[in-house]
Amino acid sequence: MTERQALLSARQLTKRFGGLAAVNEVNVDLWPGQIHAVIGPNGAGKSTLTNLLSGDLPPTSGSITLNGQDISGWTPEKISRHRLGRSYQKTNIFRSFSVWDNVRLAAQSRVQPSPFNPAGWLGRAAGMQAVNERAERAIELAGLQDRRHTTAGAASHGEQRQLEIAMTLATEPVVLLLDEPLAGMGVMEAERMVQLLLRLKRDHAMMLVEHDMDAIFALADHLTVMVNGQVIASDQPERVRADPLVQAAYLGEDASEEHGHA
Amino acid sequence: MSAPQIHIETLPRSIQLVLLLGLIALAAFPFVGSDFYMGMVNRMMILAIFAMSLDLLQGVTGLVSLGHAAYFGIAGYALAFATPANEAISLYAGLPLAVGASALAALVIGFLVVRTQGIYFIMVTMAFAQMVFYVFFDNKALGGSDGLFLNFRPDAIVFDLENKRVFYFFTLGCLVAVYLFLRRVLWSPFGRALAGIRVNEHRMRALGFGTFSHKLAAFTLAGALAGLAGFLWAAQTGFVNPELMGFHMSAHAIMMVILGGMGNFAGAILGAFSFEMLLHVFKDLPTVGEFNMGKHWQMWMGLFIVALIVLAPRGILGLIQKALSHKETGHD
Amino acid sequence: MDFVNFLIQLLNSVQYGLLLFMLAAGLTLIFGIMGVVNLAHGSFYMLGAYLAWSLAGQLGSFTLAILVGTALSVAFGLVLEKLLFRHFYHRDHLDQVLLTFGLIYVFEELRSMLWGDDVHGVQIPQALSASIALTDTLSYPVYRLFMSGVCLLLALGLYLLISKTRLGMKIRAGAFNHEMTEALGVNIGLIHAVVFALGVGLASIAGMIAAPVSSIYPNMGSQVLIMCFVVVVIGGIGSVRGALIAALLVGLVDTFGKVLLPQVSGMLVYVLMAAVLLYKPEGLFKQ
Repeated sequence: MTERQALLSARQLTKRFGGLAAVNEVNVDLWPGQIHAVIGPNGAGKSTLTNLLSGDLPPTSGSITLNGQDISGWTPEKISRHRLGRSYQKTNIFRSFSVWDNVRLAAQSRVQPSPFNPAGWLGRAAGMQAVNERAERAIELAGLQDRRHTTAGAASHGEQRQLEIAMTLATEPVVLLLDEPLAGMGVMEAERMVQLLLRLKRDHAMMLVEHDMDAIFALADHLTVMVNGQVIASDQPERVRADPLVQAAYLGEDASEEHGHA
Repeated sequence: MSAPQIHIETLPRSIQLVLLLGLIALAAFPFVGSDFYMGMVNRMMILAIFAMSLDLLQGVTGLVSLGHAAYFGIAGYALAFATPANEAISLYAGLPLAVGASALAALVIGFLVVRTQGIYFIMVTMAFAQMVFYVFFDNKALGGSDGLFLNFRPDAIVFDLENKRVFYFFTLGCLVAVYLFLRRVLWSPFGRALAGIRVNEHRMRALGFGTFSHKLAAFTLAGALAGLAGFLWAAQTGFVNPELMGFHMSAHAIMMVILGGMGNFAGAILGAFSFEMLLHVFKDLPTVGEFNMGKHWQMWMGLFIVALIVLAPRGILGLIQKALSHKETGHD
Repeated sequence: MDFVNFLIQLLNSVQYGLLLFMLAAGLTLIFGIMGVVNLAHGSFYMLGAYLAWSLAGQLGSFTLAILVGTALSVAFGLVLEKLLFRHFYHRDHLDQVLLTFGLIYVFEELRSMLWGDDVHGVQIPQALSASIALTDTLSYPVYRLFMSGVCLLLALGLYLLISKTRLGMKIRAGAFNHEMTEALGVNIGLIHAVVFALGVGLASIAGMIAAPVSSIYPNMGSQVLIMCFVVVVIGGIGSVRGALIAALLVGLVDTFGKVLLPQVSGMLVYVLMAAVLLYKPEGLFKQ
């Protein structure tokens, strides 16, 4: 019987900036149908880890495997085309475009003709049916259908976070790396986002970086705790919660903090 | 790099009307204007094509090139070299040759420069254009600082380009064709991707777009269109010299695009005509007392540019849009 | 090429490279710290050259002309920074390009109105007009050695200022993180003014000492500006060390290129730049 392979695997992943190891020999596995949450104090290296996995940063050492292929050193666009999508902690949208145009452009990334192909210069982007359908699906999943004509920069913070997700979904990835999708959201918006993430879990391998502890324990199938670039615990959420090391280093302080509201 | 400017892509009705009226005026001009002024307007139309080509790069894609004139000049020189001393070259050979030469140069140089970001891009485009300038300036075989003459305009067979009026309408036709083509590109998948690159290149890459090849394609297409303008310039004036590829020419192109308003090609046309007319106004200034104001036109031009950047950074169309939105809603 | 000729070309390379460094150091610092691209940087070089010529004539002494000229240039630079450039640090690079291009026009015209359009030569001061004999027939001008010497001294001064003084530390901090530096009580406006004045001063001194060798003429700023840009691109923006190494490289390639491959010598520096771009698009020493 062949061993089931994780969709995304990182082994001994390390990133150094000068003498400082922002991410130090980290192992991560993402399985389809599971949410793998990563938590830790600020500066723990969570965002750096996400950047390493998405190709935004080249690793100093270690390996990353996507669907069996070694992707260390690949450009972000190549990784994205191999169906890894990520969303950003700091909203990274096209502020001057409408909500619809944001998602449409994201969906277009899957069908774009070569930029040197004159056919791509003369067709009407707005009339690309397959693209429109994909964008429509993504925008509905994110619950933004009624806001499609709003200029992205003028939308509320919560809507922008939804748009952030919608754009990632429009590229129809199988692996999702979500960096603090709940950041700055009000209670109702956060609840809706949690429901969305549970829906997405079915068909994706997901990594979730978050500070909102309630959401984490509602969503996570696996929990990794990072402190100072290193993994200090990686297990089922209940076991991690009970780990005295984790409680001392992180959960203890965090229990008295307010979670994830603007 | 810097705060993205909000570009006008969809033209308000009033601007569309102005464009239409402008087209009618341009078409009527040869029948009311003298030969001299017709030649002047002809040159303005050619510069408008040049400005539009830069707008694709700068206004749509957000790549500020300080060396765009290189592709303007290369096409002119290509035509000059290809035109024999004692007969015309066929338009159907000369035009593709000239435009192709510019496109090739843009492809090669683009491959080297498009990998750079922000201020580096500005500097290296300028540097490579200067290199092209010096290649022609320093080599007698290529005409040197004196430049080259063309003895004949290209032969179009079915119409006579040596006839000034025919050439004028040929240029007008090219102007309209390029405008319609670029408006089409703006709303094409390619155009939308370029706009995305301008607004947020980082996210475009994260979404899976090959931004390098998109930028290179834009650079090459812009170079090819600049080449069309250069071809027309050489054909009209019958003369090419290294200044056509120089730093000043490149900077003029940027100013024309800025003056009109970037990102929609109408602004580029507006800016080209306005800039040229302004230049003529400054150069024709009278002598006040002992001070020859016209001779020092560069001073007025320079002050105008400084004032433009300080007061109206989004150009004429930006001012118009501001005025229109003030009327509609009472605030910007 | 025999040894003496090689030595002469080497000395020329170093002299040209060091002169370029004076200009490039200012440009790279101003860009690295304030984030503003200044196309009019070459105008300060021109300003220096014209000041040297006109002041030397009026004051009778080249040394005095350099001192007074430097003071005037720096004062001019400070005024320009306060009135204009300061308001453009946060603007689009495009706006900065256009603003400074407009300034080039204005400066050229001011020059034309103040000093006319003729080409002028500047006398090499008596004390430095000798030549050192290298062989029976070949000698090397002392003045060129003087030029290199001055540039080296200023380069050393710049290094000491930036790495060993408190002011230098504040400058480096300002480049690294604006808001933090300001929050720590450092007067960031003063830092900017100092850096800008430094850049202007270096450029104009370069123009002054180059004047006897290159003569002065309209538009002399534009030609040297492009070389300056090439040096900054190769060296990496914000890196003074990069500017020095790149300037010397450019000096070598250009000088030896003119001697060994005269037909393509104009292009060689750009070929060098292209090679660097392929290997490291952000320059050799980008911070």
